[in-house]
Amino acid sequence: MPTITLDKKKVLKLIGKKVSDELLKDRISMLGTDLEKLDENEITVEIFPNRPDMLSEEGFSRALSAFMEIKPGFRKYSVKKEKSKVTVNNLPKEWPYAVCAIVRNLELDDGKLRSVIQLQEKLAVTLLRNRKKGGLGIYPLDKIELPITFTSYKKEKIKFRPLEHEEMLTADEILIKHPTGREYAHIVKGWKRFPVFTDAKGTIMSMPPIINSHDVGKVTEATKNVFVEGTGTDLNTLKIAMNIMLTTLADTGGTIYSLEMDYKTRKFPCPDLDPRKMKLDKSYANKLLGIELKDTDIKKLLSKMGIGFEKGHALIPAYRADILHPIDLVEDIAIAYGYENFAEKIPKISTIGEESKEAIFAKKISDTAVGFSLLECLSYHLASKKHLAGFMRKKDENIITTTNAVNIEYTALRNALLPGLLKILSENTHNEYPQRLFEVGKVIKPDKTSETNSCETLSCSVIIADIKAEFTEIKAILESILNSLAIAYTIKEASHPSYIDGRCAQILINQKPRGFLGEIHPQILNNFNLEVPVSAFEIEFNETDYA
Amino acid sequence: MQINLQSHEIILLKSLEDGMQRTIDELAAALKTDQSAIVRASLTLKKYELAEVSESETYIAKLTKEGETALKNGLPEKQLVQEIIKIGPEAKLDLIKFTSKNIAIGYAKRKGYISMNKTGKGIIIAITAKGRDSLKAQTPEELLLKRAVTTRKVTREELELLKSRKLINYTSKTIRTIKATPKGAELASRIKIKKQISRLTPELIKTGRWSSVALRKYNTTAPVSPVYPGKRHFVNQATDYVRKIWLEMGFKEMRGPIIQTSFWNFDALFVPQDHPARDIQDTFFMDLKSENPHKDKKLVEKVKKAHEEGVCNSAGWQYKWSHETARKVVLRTHTTVLSAQTLAQLKKDDLPAKYFAIGRCFRNEALDWKHLFEFNQVEGIVVDKNANFRHLLGYLKEFFKKLGFERARFRPAYFPYTEMSVEIEVYYPERDAWIELGGAGIFRPEVVEPLLGEPIPVLAWGPGFDRIIMDYYKIKDIRDLYKNDIKQLREMKQWMIG
Repeated sequence: MPTITLDKKKVLKLIGKKVSDELLKDRISMLGTDLEKLDENEITVEIFPNRPDMLSEEGFSRALSAFMEIKPGFRKYSVKKEKSKVTVNNLPKEWPYAVCAIVRNLELDDGKLRSVIQLQEKLAVTLLRNRKKGGLGIYPLDKIELPITFTSYKKEKIKFRPLEHEEMLTADEILIKHPTGREYAHIVKGWKRFPVFTDAKGTIMSMPPIINSHDVGKVTEATKNVFVEGTGTDLNTLKIAMNIMLTTLADTGGTIYSLEMDYKTRKFPCPDLDPRKMKLDKSYANKLLGIELKDTDIKKLLSKMGIGFEKGHALIPAYRADILHPIDLVEDIAIAYGYENFAEKIPKISTIGEESKEAIFAKKISDTAVGFSLLECLSYHLASKKHLAGFMRKKDENIITTTNAVNIEYTALRNALLPGLLKILSENTHNEYPQRLFEVGKVIKPDKTSETNSCETLSCSVIIADIKAEFTEIKAILESILNSLAIAYTIKEASHPSYIDGRCAQILINQKPRGFLGEIHPQILNNFNLEVPVSAFEIEFNETDYA
Repeated sequence: MQINLQSHEIILLKSLEDGMQRTIDELAAALKTDQSAIVRASLTLKKYELAEVSESETYIAKLTKEGETALKNGLPEKQLVQEIIKIGPEAKLDLIKFTSKNIAIGYAKRKGYISMNKTGKGIIIAITAKGRDSLKAQTPEELLLKRAVTTRKVTREELELLKSRKLINYTSKTIRTIKATPKGAELASRIKIKKQISRLTPELIKTGRWSSVALRKYNTTAPVSPVYPGKRHFVNQATDYVRKIWLEMGFKEMRGPIIQTSFWNFDALFVPQDHPARDIQDTFFMDLKSENPHKDKKLVEKVKKAHEEGVCNSAGWQYKWSHETARKVVLRTHTTVLSAQTLAQLKKDDLPAKYFAIGRCFRNEALDWKHLFEFNQVEGIVVDKNANFRHLLGYLKEFFKKLGFERARFRPAYFPYTEMSVEIEVYYPERDAWIELGGAGIFRPEVVEPLLGEPIPVLAWGPGFDRIIMDYYKIKDIRDLYKNDIKQLREMKQWMIG
């Protein structure tokens, strides 16, 4: 989730009132932004992904000042009509949409410029998913000539001077030589034609979603009038991103001018900052919240969230991306009401508690094992393939692995508990012997019959490391545990690569193999750097044992 | 004077009953105890005038090499006499080959065994009559030497004499002896000591002979070496308590696999397919593929619709929902997946219903003292058409109260599948700090409607639990939860809450 750092003085100025740090801290937290730091000069907050409109000082202050009832209510932005259009044609199918507008009479200073650029970047990362869904561009209007066209060129035809670069580069060169080009080259990989903005003189203004031209696409503090565009794959998201950017620019002092977007098949003006209307049933809100609000209460509470309310309908600002359903309005009402003001209550509903049969059974196994002075261990479900297979003298099969684990020591899911217990022994050789351990937990194996092609089985393994460890004791413990659990079993002579030949047996329940017991093979003891004999068993259970 | 004796003092007195003098050494060996204990006991007996303690010096002589030869072959002067006799009645000094010739000649001359004459041929040694007689019997010195090494009945002066002749070395030692006084002997004769027994045997119990023996007393305050019990793992002890809380509150337990399809883990919970949580940085993807997002095709269609265009008047996320993405198999990132599956199985008659789960979840994270790729989550849902936000807060507050947190508070948060969304914080008095424990909320209609068939309120929560366990056991490094240090596990206290 994005974290932004704001200039505290500027935020206070935008709120328009002196507020104590204590109150500020409390209100920021209760608005639904996670306050990380607040000091003399800065406010650092985490903005939840549903509120990209708060990713700038202007947007954050707009929400906070309404919430603190300093500037409550729906904020109206006036939009003047620019007598120009943007022609959109011939776009690659990978990048089919653009929205554009103009903002005039800006009075940018260092702080405001920084805030706008931060917003542009954060929107690209969050709402626009690291530019995969789109990107925003801002240009000094005075360096370009209207009308503007958004089209595409064969990449060989593109050559301009990208931002902060000395020379003219071709499209391919930008993707190799320019740092921003390199960073986003993966998005345009394989494209035959690249989208470009061109002005009336045919100057290439930018190559979305990669980079602007240095000559006509660089905004400075001196810039008064700007051309703003958003391009990408999803028109709705672009409109929201554009609305957020334009209202923020308006909050810095600018005036918004709309442009007509002229697609071959349709035309529409941009931006459309009219509020979206959504019906809100008062009883729906009251029932969900467990409180009694009147229409006037709702109107007042919504106004704290910058939302209008008229005749049972909410007026949702065009920069709010998160209101999909009336439930989202109910949440805004709850936030405005204050989570701290809800009286907690446990309803008197009669339901009967019930423990899972598997959980009961697992607990019974553990309780029985503890009676043998065995110490319960708990391991990760993720393990290393090396321990599960090679170390156990087993083949590298029946192991499910992750495709993207960060930790190279933990890439596989355990298909047995025994290797984990041996690893624990190997990490405890400095501790007193005898060491008598057990674990009860799930082992995970491939299974073609299930939806996820895997099955998870309850397993129990007991291990004894001691100078006197041998077959008889482990067999006695196994039999005693199974007898205690009232499970009928048979023990059959068998061999298994992890156990010493002739000191290994197989456990069967209803004639079906369930596991092995025996003395651990000395090669395995070497593999785990153990110097005492080890005896062990592992047995898998299923529903028939406890249902 | 009142006589007050401890058992070991009585035993000592009894052993002196015959009035004989005994050394401490002898007594220590006989009574199988150490000498200092006998000394301490003897002082008590002396205090009551039951025994006399006396000290005497004794000497231990050890033969030198010369001494050994002298004991075997006679003193050097006598050996010299024998040597000369072998040569003739007299011998020239130069011809006598004898180890300690000079010492021997000195003593022989002093004792008048030999005479020496200076002649033109050199010094001539002749044996005297006294010299010849000396061979007939052992000299007093030889008898003394024998006595010194075979008995200890020698005086210091005698030993000094032998030492000056380099025949022996000796050391001295103080010997304490104890002897009962007549009063002591009389008392001892009246004492009847039971046989001391260290172990009660089945034989003694069965035959009743236990009444005629005494069981040795132990030092019951002496330290003993530790024994280690079998024990449940502390995380499981804590987990069991949490299960108990929800069971007592009337919740049914949910269990389910850790391997899940993206469909259940994300899509069924209305998490859009391009949501950052579904990135490979956060979620473990498996080398498995599910054939379908889910076998119930109708349900898949409903979920798809919720994402693409919305259900129950929701606008939805408005994007093209992909089967391919939903088929990806992952390690569950939250136990909320179990709540989704439970909702899909519930029937109208089952309502109202309350479920809980506690289980391991996964996030693809590098391992350090603060981060672990596996964590425990406490999941709960309340499915009830009359449920509301206040109930949600009520259940949570009660749960944390049962865990020992008197104060819990709630802040707005964001999760794609809940609305309201709540961040839970509890207050730690000793740190004077509020600690975040995780999320809760009411499931969105877009989640509930496709799964349950009607968009009724479903209260849901899934706070983390590891932090509470760590705090209870004073664990600073999160990896220690699963470190399995045997010493630590053996010595760890039990979970004592509840």
